[in-house]
Amino acid sequence: MIMQTDVVVVGGGVAGIKAACELCQAGSKCVLVERDSVLGGKLRGWHKLFPSFTSSSDVIEELLNELKQSNVECLLGSEVVYISSTLCRLASGTEIQCRAVILATGYNLFDARIKEEYGYGIYDNVITSVDLERMFHTGTISTLSGAAPEKVAILHCVGSRDEKVCQRHCSKVCCITAVKQAIEIKKMLPNSEVFNFYMDMRMFGPGYEELYLTAQKQYNVHFIRGRISEAAQLPKGRLQIKAEDTLTARPLIMSVDMLVLMVGMKAPKQNALFALATGLELQPSGFISSKDLFLEAVLTSVPGIFVAGTVTAPKTIGESISEATMASRAALKFIEG
Amino acid sequence: MRRGAWEDYQKDIADDKYYYARSCIRQNFFPGSEKAFLNIVGRDLGREVFDDPLHTSCTGIGYHSDIVPYETIMTVVARQFSLMHEAGFENFISSCITSFGIYTEILNTWEEFPETEEKTRESLYKATKRELYKPKNLAHTSDVIFHLRDEIKQRMKYPLVNHLTGEKLRVVEHIGCHYAKIFPKRGIGGSEFPYVLAGMIESWGGDVVDYPERRHCCGFGFRNYLVQANRGYSIANSHKKLESMAPYRPDFIVCNCPGCTMFLDKWQYTIAEMEGTTYGEAGQGIPVLTYEEMAGLVLGYDPWELGMQMHAVNVEPLLNKMGVEYDPAAKYLGPNGKYIGKPLQSVVNSSRGNTSLYDIKK
Repeated sequence: MIMQTDVVVVGGGVAGIKAACELCQAGSKCVLVERDSVLGGKLRGWHKLFPSFTSSSDVIEELLNELKQSNVECLLGSEVVYISSTLCRLASGTEIQCRAVILATGYNLFDARIKEEYGYGIYDNVITSVDLERMFHTGTISTLSGAAPEKVAILHCVGSRDEKVCQRHCSKVCCITAVKQAIEIKKMLPNSEVFNFYMDMRMFGPGYEELYLTAQKQYNVHFIRGRISEAAQLPKGRLQIKAEDTLTARPLIMSVDMLVLMVGMKAPKQNALFALATGLELQPSGFISSKDLFLEAVLTSVPGIFVAGTVTAPKTIGESISEATMASRAALKFIEG
Repeated sequence: MRRGAWEDYQKDIADDKYYYARSCIRQNFFPGSEKAFLNIVGRDLGREVFDDPLHTSCTGIGYHSDIVPYETIMTVVARQFSLMHEAGFENFISSCITSFGIYTEILNTWEEFPETEEKTRESLYKATKRELYKPKNLAHTSDVIFHLRDEIKQRMKYPLVNHLTGEKLRVVEHIGCHYAKIFPKRGIGGSEFPYVLAGMIESWGGDVVDYPERRHCCGFGFRNYLVQANRGYSIANSHKKLESMAPYRPDFIVCNCPGCTMFLDKWQYTIAEMEGTTYGEAGQGIPVLTYEEMAGLVLGYDPWELGMQMHAVNVEPLLNKMGVEYDPAAKYLGPNGKYIGKPLQSVVNSSRGNTSLYDIKK
């Protein structure tokens, strides 16, 4: 089947949805292609958003309402196998001829099993930040035995800033997510103790530093500067963790009921395939390069291909949505010549 | 224990025709183990193993002690490989973990830096007039036993089960650091959840104990032990491991490294003498076995033929649990029936619990 449209938006996460809405509202024809059977992307797995504790479902609902009112043609369950600035081919064989493309394909989560020393997938009570959000959704935080954890360790930078696993880049949002998650644990389990193990606290956004202080002052969350070297299972499913407190320069062994790994954002492998097919440039991290970091951040090295959201680097939800607006304007400007 | 990743770490292990490189120290520490390997793999399982009297030490201890330069050890290793080729073999197996680490490191160096290989080739020719032939397959001898574990199981006489209660024996497995911590991809199961010994234990009916300090080094560490003033570090590491495994009441420990097997065994003697602390049931210490000894017991070998009388921690409690038939009176008789001498009584074997024959602090 051959379809024709003005702009193809690849990826139905927050950036893709927003970009598609903007394009249609400006009177352009647009097809939104999403690999999954539902829209919303990774945000669907998230419970609340930092630093305001806004419900992520509110954000998704708002975007989906906007989408309903637009005239966007959504192709769900459709994987893109080839892309250029004028053609998008799907796994089903459908070809979409277009005048511009917005890539909003996002990121992949780092597979925590690769950091074998933490035992994710082997020890029952080693979970990831995503698993924890799932628990927040259900309203209960519990170990595998069903008990509420009394002591929780949160480890930052799992699969970020780690050359050993070829992920040199910072995933940017994990520090503040860890602060948010620590507070959410303390809100649900006030008697629990929460320890965050960090390299640096990168509180870059508005209200983040304040939230970090609130976590310490109001919720008594402990922050230890040092990475956990390994986790091991103790009887009854508890975990022993080893770390170094680099501020006191002392090694530390601690027993906890649950270890939460803050998994980073990783560039998807398909970025390399897109780059090969289109001539797009990639950064060393595997994320797609923008044409210019300052004035043309949503443009790429290939005319007619635009980018929005975490396809270029880890970003917050707000940044991704704002960028989607920018990308759609740039695409419109391009097709209008 | 649940294992996530071990199947990602597999390696090819040759099935036959092995060139056997012995360890420098094992024949003193565990004199029956290498012989047991040759008997099990060669005689019982019908594989061809060539035990070459021409090969030398790999000089790994000298290398790790900064006495032997890398260029020298590469040439020594190149000579071993040439000897293998001259003997008509392609599959190199090493009895020692340090050597295995050395061979792995050098083969990887040559792969990454072909100019270094070329230089070694020249050095080898200048020194010995030999040509360098790299092995087709490199494995540690514990890899070979792992590879043959099911054939051993078919001939099993005593499974790793308490024959009185029917319960599986609880086994601590300890892997030498140089087996997989340097090159995880070259070890069965990788470095975090190694499977080489665990696979044997599970195959022969035992349970693997996962305890918090499982990955911790035994403390041998060449600089820890070879420098006398540093030996406190060595024993502190073994102590840490023993303390961590004790609550799991292991029936025995099995290792694949010469150093680990010796230190986890003999430091138990030392800790008992120093502190009066003994681990294991009834204060009788935790027996420490080589994987050949474990395989030998499973196959019904005589424990004294396996050289188990040389252990610091007595193995009889384990033999009794497994229901192994043995002659207690023959313990200190050598292969020719000659009395080989008997160690003095020690705290670790005295079942006295927290007492000591003498207090070295006084």
